[in-house]
Amino acid sequence: MNPVRRLGRAGLNFFERLGRGHLFLLRVLLNVPGQFLQLRLLATQLYSVGVLSLLIIGVSGLTVGMVLGLQGYYTLVDFGAEESLGQMVALSLVRELGPVLTALLFAGRAGSALTAEIGLMKVTEQLPAMEMMAVDPYRRVVAPRFLAGLISLPLLAAVFSAIGVLGGYFVGVGLLGIDGGAFWSQMQSKVDFYDDIANGVVKSVVFGFVATWIAVFEGYDAVPTTEGVSRATTRTVVHTAFAVLGLDFILTALMFGGI
Amino acid sequence: MTTQSLETAEALVELRQVSFGFGGRKVLDGVDLFFPRGKITTIMGPSGTGKTTTLRLITGQLRPDAGVVRVAGQEVSALDHAGLFRLRKRMGMMFQSGALFADLDVFENVAFPLRAHTDLPESMIRDVVLMKLEAVGLRGASRLMPAALSAGMARRVALARAVALDPMLMMYDEPFTGQDPITVGRVMKLIRELNDNLGLTSILVSHDVKEIMAISDFVYIISQGRVIGQGSPAQLQRSDSPWIRQFIRGEREGPAAFHYPAPDYVEDLLA
Ligand SMILES: Nc1ncnc2c1ncn2[C@@H]1O[C@H](COP(=O)(O)OP(=O)(O)OP(=O)(O)O)[C@@H](O)[C@H]1O
Ligand SMILES: [Mg+2]
Repeated sequence: MNPVRRLGRAGLNFFERLGRGHLFLLRVLLNVPGQFLQLRLLATQLYSVGVLSLLIIGVSGLTVGMVLGLQGYYTLVDFGAEESLGQMVALSLVRELGPVLTALLFAGRAGSALTAEIGLMKVTEQLPAMEMMAVDPYRRVVAPRFLAGLISLPLLAAVFSAIGVLGGYFVGVGLLGIDGGAFWSQMQSKVDFYDDIANGVVKSVVFGFVATWIAVFEGYDAVPTTEGVSRATTRTVVHTAFAVLGLDFILTALMFGGI
Repeated sequence: MTTQSLETAEALVELRQVSFGFGGRKVLDGVDLFFPRGKITTIMGPSGTGKTTTLRLITGQLRPDAGVVRVAGQEVSALDHAGLFRLRKRMGMMFQSGALFADLDVFENVAFPLRAHTDLPESMIRDVVLMKLEAVGLRGASRLMPAALSAGMARRVALARAVALDPMLMMYDEPFTGQDPITVGRVMKLIRELNDNLGLTSILVSHDVKEIMAISDFVYIISQGRVIGQGSPAQLQRSDSPWIRQFIRGEREGPAAFHYPAPDYVEDLLA
């Protein structure tokens, strides 16, 4: 094949997949309301997608918060503004690092697992068998996982930020000797509920939507072979990272950039 | 029994002039197949000739490129999603690979269609599941996970699951493969009993000539996308067609192809 044709083919494939992805999303969304009638399935998925991600999110949040505390202190101290450390740590986490890092970790921990699980169900003919039994895999398999991801990610991001703030406190107040009262009061007066926290929550909801969509779609669309599933799993992590970072720029520009 | 009398005898499932291909490669090329009510009809043929594909056409998982597939008078490819699901509730299929749900234990696998489509109380579901498992000799394995089953056991669980809703049409894809001789006998008896006692129509896909000849009411032999022989087991035994004889006796050399289409062997080696 000559390069021009190859480019054309790649372009067509890209748009075809994009179209399939959106039709897939539509069918998933149509099945989301019905999930509240099968709460056991949803609970199981919330456990494996959300609860089992808590450890990695907690540990990462703590380390990131501690590093922010250290790095922030050395910059702020030059201006005699080390009392503002609380504000700096909280704003970085709530507006930016919490949603973004949680989404990236989520893709690696839960997203890849979702893709592999759904892909393997396809390989082992569990999805065709389900359709043969007149049970819709969208309703039974895909939608509960999608909804669980959608609910989990914003909560995980909140946990990440909260633990991160504690990490910053531990370093700033515990190790570097900043006044604890100043740390909290600066944070309280400078972090705005709507401008900062609500915008951060919006980000994490958007990331949760995109990250879970990519994960379940890659699984459902995987070529039903061992190799196909492993490729799909890789794609989940890579595509989620790109999507989250790209969307983060756009959302940040819209929310905080005054564009 | 001739084709003519089969057509007039009421067929629950019929394929007329059905062609189907996977991206250019023709798998079925204008086949006519009729599956009469209340009978066990077997499709046999070399590996890779489209037996599983035929079952998937009947269940509407695939749509024919040409021709019609009718089940209980309804044209399968004309049905919408809801219509197809209504029809499938009355069909049971035992997959070649078993296709058990890996996250559910044996009991829950068999209970799955019951929970999905009936409002039976838990005690009744338990009774039905245990009865079905008893019939395949695996009641004692009801709390094992699919990963802990051997291939033959998994297939028997799949059989129990497929009949859980007492369908009108049962399809078995290679039910005897991987079973020991005693189990083969039990599974054959089970298929026969299900068929006769519940008034099912059964479609069997298999290579095992001895078992097929013992259990089937009618047999189709397909090869290279076409029906190359059909008849009752007795008729096939007596047939003098070289195709049929090769198949029934398992002769190595003969007109039926063992190989996937390939360029000339010697040329290929020397290329
Ligand atoms: N999803 C698919 N995509 C492309 N080709 C396929 C696909 N599924 C099956 N085929 C091809 O269709 C042909 C028929 O496959 P099928 O599974 O129906 O064979 P079979 O008769 O059931 O064989 P076996 O006895 O080995 O199970 C094979 O040659 C196979 O290569
Ligand atoms: Mg097959």
